[in-house]
Order: sequence, then C-alpha cells, then structure tokens
Amino acid sequence: MAVTIDNSPETLAPAQSTLRKMTTRSIAWLQAGPMTLVFALFFLLPLVLVVIVSVWDYNEYEMIPALSFRGYTDTFEGCVANLPELCTILKTYLKTLKLCLLTWALTLMIGFWVAYFLAFHVRSKTWQIVLSLLCTIPFWTSNVIRMIAWIPLLGRNGLVNQGLVGAGVINKPVEWLLFSEFSVVLALVHLFTFFMVVPIFNSMIRIDKRLIEAAYDAGASGWQTLVNIVIPLSKPGIVIGSIFVITIVMGDFVTIGVMGGQQIASAGKIIEARLSALQFPAAAANAVILLGITIIIISALTRIVDVRKEL
Amino acid sequence: MGDKRPRSFYILALFFTAYVLFLYGPMIAIYILSFQGPDGGLTFPMNGVSLTWFGKVFSGGGIVDIGAAFKRSLALGLVVMVITVVLSVAAGMAFRKPFRGASILFYTAIASLIMPSIITSLGIALEFRLIDDFINKHAADYGLGWLAEGHTTAMGLFTSGLGAHLTWTLPFGLLIMFAIFNRFDGRLEEAARDLGATPWQTFRHVVLPIILPSVVGIGLFGFTLSWDELARSSQAIGSVNTLPLELQGLTTTVTKPDIYALGTLTSAVSFVVIFAALSVILVLQARQRRQGSDAGKGMV
Repeated sequence: MAVTIDNSPETLAPAQSTLRKMTTRSIAWLQAGPMTLVFALFFLLPLVLVVIVSVWDYNEYEMIPALSFRGYTDTFEGCVANLPELCTILKTYLKTLKLCLLTWALTLMIGFWVAYFLAFHVRSKTWQIVLSLLCTIPFWTSNVIRMIAWIPLLGRNGLVNQGLVGAGVINKPVEWLLFSEFSVVLALVHLFTFFMVVPIFNSMIRIDKRLIEAAYDAGASGWQTLVNIVIPLSKPGIVIGSIFVITIVMGDFVTIGVMGGQQIASAGKIIEARLSALQFPAAAANAVILLGITIIIISALTRIVDVRKEL
Repeated sequence: MGDKRPRSFYILALFFTAYVLFLYGPMIAIYILSFQGPDGGLTFPMNGVSLTWFGKVFSGGGIVDIGAAFKRSLALGLVVMVITVVLSVAAGMAFRKPFRGASILFYTAIASLIMPSIITSLGIALEFRLIDDFINKHAADYGLGWLAEGHTTAMGLFTSGLGAHLTWTLPFGLLIMFAIFNRFDGRLEEAARDLGATPWQTFRHVVLPIILPSVVGIGLFGFTLSWDELARSSQAIGSVNTLPLELQGLTTTVTKPDIYALGTLTSAVSFVVIFAALSVILVLQARQRRQGSDAGKGMV
C-alpha cells in the first residue's frame, strides 16, 4: 500500500482500463470455472453420451459402438403390429402422464393456497419466516423415510383402515390404500408440493401490495382481486413450480417403485429396468424419448406464459 | 385493508394447518413406532416401549451393514457440502461481472436442476462404463498397462457418486447466491476499494461477513440434499451404497420396525444439521445487527 507511483491518469487511463477489464474477465472465469467444469463432466458430457449411445448396437452383456436403432425399435416393439391394442411403452407413458397430471393438479391447488396464505395473510415477517421454515424442514429430510412413513397409516392394518372399520364405514380393511396408484399420487403430492409453494410464494411476495389495495378501493371483490390481479401476477411462479413438479414426476422411479410396491410401470422405471439388465443403448434410447417428451411439455408451458405476457 | 381478519384468513389458516399436519403426521407416526417393544409390528397400536429396534440397527443384526453406509453417507455429505459452498460462492461472485458464457452456465445449472434424475444418473453411469471399457481394452496400448491391471471400475462414492450429487446441489447453491447478490449493496465494495483494500481483502472483510448467514444456508442445502439423495445416486454410486439406497432396498424386504428405527436415526441426523445450521444463521444475523454499523461509536 505504501508504494506510490507517479502515473498521470491522462496517459495511463485507457491502458489501465483495458487491463482491468481483462483481469476482471479472467477473474470471473477463474471463479466460474470450477462449477462449469463439474457441470461439463457430470452433466453435459453424460447427456451427450446418452444421445450417442442410444443409437449404438448391443447384445446380452455389452454395448457395441456401431450405428443401430435397436434401442428404439426394441422399445416400440409391437406398437404397429398390435394396433388398435396399445403396446407396453405407450401404455406406460399414458400411465406416467396420468400420474403426472394428477400430481400436478393437486400440488398446484395445495401449493397455491399455502403460498397465498403465507404471502398475503401472514403479516409479521417473523411469522412468515417461521411458517416457511416449517414447510421447508421436511424438504431437508429423507424422501424414502417420508414414503415409508405412510405404511403405518395406509397399510392393511394401518390407522386409516382401523379408523374406517371402527367407525363402521367399511366392514373389512380396504387394500387399495397402499401399494396402489392412490398411494403413489399421495406420496408424490406429499413430497413435492414444496416445489410449487416456493416459486409461487416468490412471485406473490413481489406483488405490489398497493395494487391489491387499489383493487379493494375500486370495489373489487376478493374473488375478482384474486382472478384479475393475484393469479396473473403469480403466473411465473406457477409455471416454474409446474416445471419442477412435472419433470420430477415424469422421470420418477423411486416413489412409484416404493409406493407402488414395485408393481406400477413408469417411464423412469423402464430406464431403470433396462439399466439393471445392462442394456445401456436401450436405456439411453428410453432416456432420449423421456427427455423429448419432457422438453415438449416444458416448452408448451413456457409458451403459455410468454403468450399471456404479450397480450 | 382493515385490521380485522377476513373470513378467508381463518379458512386458509385451517387449510395451512391441515397441510402442515399432512407434512409431519406420517413422519411422526414412524418416529413413535420405532420405539416399540420387541414384539412390535409395522402398524399401530404400539406393542410396548423399548429401544430394541435401535439396538438391532446398531448391532447390524438382520439388516445390511448400516453402520458403514451411515459413515459413507456422512463423509460424502460433508464433501458435497464443502464443494457446493466453495464453488457456489465463487461462481456467484463471477456472475456479478459480465463474462462470456455466463448465460450458458446459468441455463446449464437450471437444466441440471430440472433434468429427470434417472437421465442424469444413467448418463454418469454410462460415462464411467465407457471409461472402464476404455481402460480395460486400450490402456495397455498407451503403455498404461498397470492401470488396467486389476481395474474393475472407476465408479465410486467420490468419483461418479460425488459428481451425481453435485449436479443436484450446485444449482441450489447458485440460485441462493443469486438471491443474495440481488439485494447486496455494491457500494460497500466500492467503499472498501476506495479505502485501498485489495480484491481479496474486500471479499474477506466486507463481502463474506455480510453474506455469511446465507452461505451457511448453502452448506445446509448441500449437506441435507446429499444426505438424502437417492434417484441420482441410484445408478451412479458404484459397488457400495449410501444410506438412502440401503433404506430403499429395505422397503421391499423388511417387515419389522427396525426400518423405522433406521428412519428415525437418519432423520435425527438431518434435524441436528438443520437446527445447528439455523442456529448459526440466527447468531450470525444477530451479530450483524449488533455490529453491522459502527456509526457514532467514535474512532476505533
């Protein structure tokens, strides 16, 4: 610090500013480099490999680096021949979409009102933080445990059945509560509503409260305020939350596996099954298909919002 | 808006309470059931009260080597936490200046966050499989025969497993950094610079103390997300399993409450970490409020 050099700013300024710009840029690169490297090695390169290997040939125990669409043709086997009957892959995708749609609708409904309550009805900052934390803490705990946790409630001799039998609603325990599509959707909603709450809350908290007061002063009913102000302004959050939930459920195989008693097929489970049979190209082909469908859904969703924004 | 709570407040408060019960109720059920007596089953009513099932978990009686999986997950979680914090803070600083590729890195992080986990996991498994094949077939050609000798797989907890976890934790870290710097007053850094601080001094003595509570939050996300990670690890962890993978395996075979005991223990670790992190954040924030400004305190 003690060193002072007499450098007149007039002569040195341009050179210095170029130099500073260059060092700033290289410093930025040094700072962002490690993260970029991790994503390149463990995300981008693997994705590229998935796409490449999906058009490789394979036999029972290894993949063969030769162009072949077997991964795809095997996947769609019988789809044309058996026509009006749906083939396995289409049935599986329809089921996955159905689970996805149900989960999305439920997480959106629950997530929207939870976020609405937190953003507009909780007035003190401290309470807002405390209640948000209350919603976040389960997110920091294990998903598997949160799935297992339904067993004592929904099982054949679980609390729900005990209660229903005890109350005389049913005379013998119902079986469809656990290891069924019902329990899968329940667990998915249980696990992933959080992903809806956070972005919607984030959008709502940014809404200028004076807008709502203005609507109130202009005589709008609570419902009109909700439909004409709150929902349109929460749309980015709704779309981001929807993207989270849809991508998670489309690729899910853990929740569907555990809560479906390993009996329900899904897009993610096909990939898992192919992998455990060591059929990498077939697994990769299925991953490419899943990725394609997910991208279509996401771009449709983002388009909805952009279109609205333009109007 | 008036001071009186509207009717919708009470309806939504009830709805919110129901949601919180829905969130915590089932978890509390298994915590209670894990303290059953030796004859207990998987459902209510409780069959006596004891620590039998916790003993079973620790002695490893009946179930796989849980102790080892526990240590592996802990070690991996800590490494993931440290890397997530360091890389996220560094990248967060980078994003405050314009640099080429900034938006590509940002969108890559977002893509990594929303990519269906099975695809990421498959990709990493594939990558390491190709590396293994290459080593086994061609290492000798390059005079690296020693590498192929006894080579089974490059996959492992701290290679493919670590990478898989980072693709999940880093996007969260980066988004938190964005949130921090969105409300960061850049004039504080300018002031430090004007007073002659080097860039490192500015970071160390001005920026870091201000963002520290949120950095602890990044660490919290890094550890807990790794500690509980399942889908991305599933295909990419190699020959050994992490705790969540062992737990998942047990769901199909175990019919005794030891799985609940294991669940209770795993959650206990999560809760200890969560509350430790939250307390540190609170203490740091309180300290900032006390010492945040030395205006009016005279010369130091």
